[in-house]
Amino acid sequence: MFDNVWLIPLFPLLGFLINGLLGKKIKNETVIGGIGAFAVLCSFAVSCMTILKLLSLPGEERLANVKVFTWMTCGNFNADIAFLIDPLSCVMIMIVTGVGFLIHIYSIGYMHGEEGFYRFFAYLNLFMFSMLLLVLGNNLLLMFVGWEGVGLCSYLLIGYYFHKKSAGDAGKKAFVMNRVGDFGFLLGAFTLYWFMGHNFNVWTIQFTELGKNAHLLPTGGVVTVITLCFFLGATGKSAQIPLYTWLPDAMEGPTPVSALIHAATMVTAGVYMIGRMNFLFIRSPETLMVIAVIGACTALFAATIGTAQNDIKRVLAYSTVSQLGYMFLAMGSGAFAAGIFHLMTHAFFKACLFLGSGAVIHSMHHALHHVHSHDDAQDMRNMGGLKSKMPLTFLTFLLATIAIAGIPGFSGFFSKDEILWQAFANPHHGQLNYLLWGMGAVAAGLTAFYMFRLVFMTFFGECRITPKAKDHLHESPMVIVIPLIVLAGLSVVGGYIGIPKLLGDLFGGIPNYFEHYLEPVFRLSEEYMAEHAAHGVAHHSVALEWGLMGTSVVIALIGIGIAFALYVVNTSIPAKFTATFPALHRAVYNKWYIDELYDYVFVNPCKALGRFLWKGFDVVVVDGVVNGVAKVVMSFGGIIRYMQSGFVYDYSWSMAFGVVVILGYYLFK
Amino acid sequence: MENLNSYLTVSAILFSIGTIGVLTRKNAIVIFMCIELMLNAVNLTFIALSRYLGNLDGQVFVFFVMTVAAAEAAVGLALMIAFYNNKESIDVEDVNMLKW
Repeated sequence: MFDNVWLIPLFPLLGFLINGLLGKKIKNETVIGGIGAFAVLCSFAVSCMTILKLLSLPGEERLANVKVFTWMTCGNFNADIAFLIDPLSCVMIMIVTGVGFLIHIYSIGYMHGEEGFYRFFAYLNLFMFSMLLLVLGNNLLLMFVGWEGVGLCSYLLIGYYFHKKSAGDAGKKAFVMNRVGDFGFLLGAFTLYWFMGHNFNVWTIQFTELGKNAHLLPTGGVVTVITLCFFLGATGKSAQIPLYTWLPDAMEGPTPVSALIHAATMVTAGVYMIGRMNFLFIRSPETLMVIAVIGACTALFAATIGTAQNDIKRVLAYSTVSQLGYMFLAMGSGAFAAGIFHLMTHAFFKACLFLGSGAVIHSMHHALHHVHSHDDAQDMRNMGGLKSKMPLTFLTFLLATIAIAGIPGFSGFFSKDEILWQAFANPHHGQLNYLLWGMGAVAAGLTAFYMFRLVFMTFFGECRITPKAKDHLHESPMVIVIPLIVLAGLSVVGGYIGIPKLLGDLFGGIPNYFEHYLEPVFRLSEEYMAEHAAHGVAHHSVALEWGLMGTSVVIALIGIGIAFALYVVNTSIPAKFTATFPALHRAVYNKWYIDELYDYVFVNPCKALGRFLWKGFDVVVVDGVVNGVAKVVMSFGGIIRYMQSGFVYDYSWSMAFGVVVILGYYLFK
Repeated sequence: MENLNSYLTVSAILFSIGTIGVLTRKNAIVIFMCIELMLNAVNLTFIALSRYLGNLDGQVFVFFVMTVAAAEAAVGLALMIAFYNNKESIDVEDVNMLKW
């Protein structure tokens, strides 16, 4: 049925091999970019075929494990190269290949003339391969291969401009922080495998097998430990508290990379992983609570930082952290479908925002370069008034901003509202629900504020660069604009496949297609949760749901209104505010000094330990032992070397003496 | 062969002279000749015991020893010429490079 699914990761791998091995010789940018984009297009085509086939099946048959070959077998342990096709993995491959293809097209224009063009496309294709392995792998080990692969590509692409020290440092930071998370993932996988095998004789790492046997698992206890380990992995990959600080720094990479890896796909791997192993997470109410709380905290915390950043990409980076927090809030509330839905809509509008910011930066850079100015092309304080210069970019950017702000009718509204409602109405966290909802709602307001602050500072008002440079500002080429238009279109309409029941009923019973589509994956978990709900399934009135929806919309509108007042109507207020509360502004502007705190608590002690092990242990103890042994041997040799005179007759004397001694021993013993 | 002992005594004397020569003389040619003397002392022992025991194995061995001695003479003399070319001497006191 799904025999050709192995082609999906194969095409990007081939693209990577061709561009990586021959790219230096090909030189022609059109050919290199064409190969890279075409490989992803092929994957996208196969993905479309796969999802169409899947949809043609009845709901309960939408599950297939496609084995390509046996990877390794060792005693009870068995790992295959095999792909899991179900509604969840299909929606992921559609997002990854679809958005990925658009970003590849965009990159052809954006990376034009860059040194190492072929390297960029080779890495990008390698990333696509790893990401597709991650989402398609039908066992923990294959998923982990993809998990590590995307981490590697992220590192390589963040450090793409490796001659810049900050880029290299950011790459290393991302890699190290991800390693902390990966450590958790591995521990979780080991513990799960051992626990299932040891106690229930189910030695497997296959997701479907694990899911079938999940009913054997107890609630809480070891499962809590396992799931917390996995969640640690998710916080690393998906930039949640406490491992989020690498993502803003990752903006050192080229903008298409930020859009593809650090907004649309890789950072959602943690959310996907929790969705994939939902059968495990629901068996630990404690973990679900931790996930929900961390998600809500991250959503709010990152949003506050986003309000004071001046670098256009950093605002978007904190926005990504914040939106990922929403997804985890959904996962922690047991609303898996809502989390995946937000993952999808976020991929559309955030990719569009990043690519739009890339177009702005590109144009700014070009203009500043023309007048030999060294102003920062990414600093919003240098922008302004770009609306008339780049109308298409502005329009697409505005649509995506409205979507992320949660204005009704746009995709972000449907997904975010669903999450907030689930955070409020879920039966797991009792009184905590109100707090979670409140944090989510405030974060939604902040999101609307900082996103519109960004739009107003960038596209409205007076242009703040020199008039001479201003004349060089221009709209980007079509190869950049077309992906923007497609993504903006998706940002607008993408939400209509998942209309909340409340609104659907209003318009004549339109079902929530997306939730219905994902039902086969999450049904068992939902039934389990309904049975085991800690606080009983609460029945909330329709009026309450309307009220909450209205409240979140009003909060978003207030956020937009404040942004409008501060950055369009009376632009002197922000400066006055900063002057009035300098300490607050400094704290927010400096990201609450979290990086400095981490440096102080973790990095510096690690460095000190490293220095001690180097100067204290390695130099004194290890080198001491090695050199000491050598010295002993040398001094001993210094004594006995005098036996070696070099004269033949000395040797013959000692031989004769030896013969006499031996003969004498045998004769006279 | 009543007087086997006298053959063996002569052989032992010849062997001792050879050994002392090898150990004490400094001229490489002389040392070399002393080694030949030792080999021939052994040959004499072989022959004497062969006759005494009525077993021809000993005499066959002597041929082997003579063959080896011939080969050794060729190699040894070649070594000495090579050494003389380098050091203009065949005194073993000058052969002292095999040391620390």
